[in-house]
Amino acid sequence: MAIVYKKSNMLTDVPFHYCPGCTHGIAHKLVAEVLEEIGAEGNVVGVAPVGCAVFAYNYFNCDMQEASHGRAPAVATGIKRVLPDRIVFAYQGDGDLASIGMAEIIHAATRGEKITVIFINNAIYGMTGGQMAPTTLEGQKATTCIYGRNPEVNGHPIKVCELLSTLTGPSYIARGALCDAASVRKAKTMIRTAFQNQIDKKGFSFVELLSACPTNWGMNPEQALSYVKNEMQDLYPLGVFKEVK
Amino acid sequence: MKELMKGNEAIAEAAVRGGCRAFFGYPITPQNEIPEYMSWRLFEVGGTYVQAESEVAAINMVYGAAGAGARAMTSSSSPGISLKQEGISYICGARLPCVIVNMVRGGPGLGGIQPAQSDYFQATKGGGHGDYHLLVYGPSSVQECVDIMYNAFDVSDKYRVPVMILGDGMLGQIMEPVELPEFKDLSKLPRKPWATYGDNKGKDRQIVNSLLIEPDVLEAHCHLLEDTYKEIAKNETAFENYLCDDAEVVITAYGTVARIAKSAVNILREQGKKVGLLRPITLYPFPNDEFARVAKQDCVKTFVCTELSLGQMIEDVKLATGMIKPVKFFGRTGGNVMSPEDIVEYVNKEVY
Ligand SMILES: Cc1ncc(C[n+]2csc(CCOP(=O)(O)OP(=O)(O)O)c2C)c(N)n1
Ligand code: SF4
Repeated sequence: MAIVYKKSNMLTDVPFHYCPGCTHGIAHKLVAEVLEEIGAEGNVVGVAPVGCAVFAYNYFNCDMQEASHGRAPAVATGIKRVLPDRIVFAYQGDGDLASIGMAEIIHAATRGEKITVIFINNAIYGMTGGQMAPTTLEGQKATTCIYGRNPEVNGHPIKVCELLSTLTGPSYIARGALCDAASVRKAKTMIRTAFQNQIDKKGFSFVELLSACPTNWGMNPEQALSYVKNEMQDLYPLGVFKEVK
Repeated sequence: MKELMKGNEAIAEAAVRGGCRAFFGYPITPQNEIPEYMSWRLFEVGGTYVQAESEVAAINMVYGAAGAGARAMTSSSSPGISLKQEGISYICGARLPCVIVNMVRGGPGLGGIQPAQSDYFQATKGGGHGDYHLLVYGPSSVQECVDIMYNAFDVSDKYRVPVMILGDGMLGQIMEPVELPEFKDLSKLPRKPWATYGDNKGKDRQIVNSLLIEPDVLEAHCHLLEDTYKEIAKNETAFENYLCDDAEVVITAYGTVARIAKSAVNILREQGKKVGLLRPITLYPFPNDEFARVAKQDCVKTFVCTELSLGQMIEDVKLATGMIKPVKFFGRTGGNVMSPEDIVEYVNKEVY
């Protein structure tokens, strides 16, 4: 019988620990498929964050390092500088990247480090149980803003793609979403472009993926996907923000 | 042939000759000559250098580079070393070899920029979170800085424990003639089986990690670290015993202060007083056995611990000697440095 679909070789056989309806799993699958398709197998070092994806080192079938909270771009910098021929990527959540690790991501980007960063924006701190993230939407409820994010008290959400695309160092900055089949396919194209840019030594490449956290949003998976599509995309428009040809 | 070199630059050159190929730093006085030197020197030998956005980033770059198998280091001074502590803890948890230089300045807080030894606790007792130690050296001359730095990567690789070189502003700035060793042949170094070289071709993939979520696994890991520290204590403990064999008074000091104390010992000897110097070269592991042995000598009446702090190493001196002889303390802090005459005066007044 012909095989029409199989799990990417770039994923191990370890079952994901993610909640039902979590889109971390889709993001992993896309990254793994792209790495396999571009022939990167056996030539990759990945960096896992602190956040729900902390165990990503168990899932990606390549050498992996587990960074401290927010520092994945610095760790990836250290790896890429001593192993310039490897494909090096970091995978980070929004608390990790846009709060505690803001300095590391901006400076890796502005230095034009030839790494690829996959940024999971689920507008919440998943792992620690649903606290407000820097990306939490205005009015969105979290355990540290139970009546909804109030900019007077909690400040405004950060748009990372927009921020990074003002810099000279990045070669590719794009935002996709993981809320339906069409957007997932588009996101995969973005991820492929990002890694291809790294191979072509063009500079820093970055893909933000709007993601669902049904558990901490208090929604079922379907509601969560429609929140990504209908609420998040208003604030975080999809598209390519910067591309160096 | 000897060359006249500043301590900081001598450390940098010795690191390069000892195999350092990646340096990540952030400016802070009084260690700036190290990153400045590395910023051009490493590219001459095929290495890499990044001026990081912070000490936090720098130590995490060291984590990445060391995890990828390279000989990587960073240097800083007290406030910057405080910022690195989380990263150092992760490096110890993940058992990554690397070298960290701390050219200590006075604290707490922003403190001052003059020499101090007030980071002894931080360096030797952990500094960051968790059950861990570094292998800490306290060199007292530029030549000793060179010798220790030159071999630091070998020692660190052997045990998979980071080496810290604890200097101070004076040691970094002083110029002395030094003999520089030959370049180590890095092509002879074995592949590190645990490193993420990224060339595994799907087999034996490596994971650099400090997350051990099962208590039994983490406990076993901490015991493994503890066993390593015991092994280090057995093999690497180093000290200098200067004229303690017939001493009534044993002055204890490390680093810069040990040079001052040695001059004081010489003056006191000229005055006919039987005074010696016991100098730890490794601050962790502390030379406990030698301190205990000297304390048991009948001739020894008292110890005088001298430091550029309000008394940090003295706790190890008391523990090691079991306080079977009194341990007095003479220290300056805040960036002030005692002279040999100050120590002579203290000993003459408080002991004789
Ligand atoms: C220094 C430090 N501070 C805080 C934490 C606790 N912590 C773990 S994960 C996390 C937030 C993760 O949220 P995010 O990056 O959005 O990822 P997600 O879990 O949503 O995927 C925090 C604050 C930590 N591990 N280290
Ligand atoms: S808590 Fe949220 S982000 Fe974390 S695994 Fe569950 S759904 Fe995914």
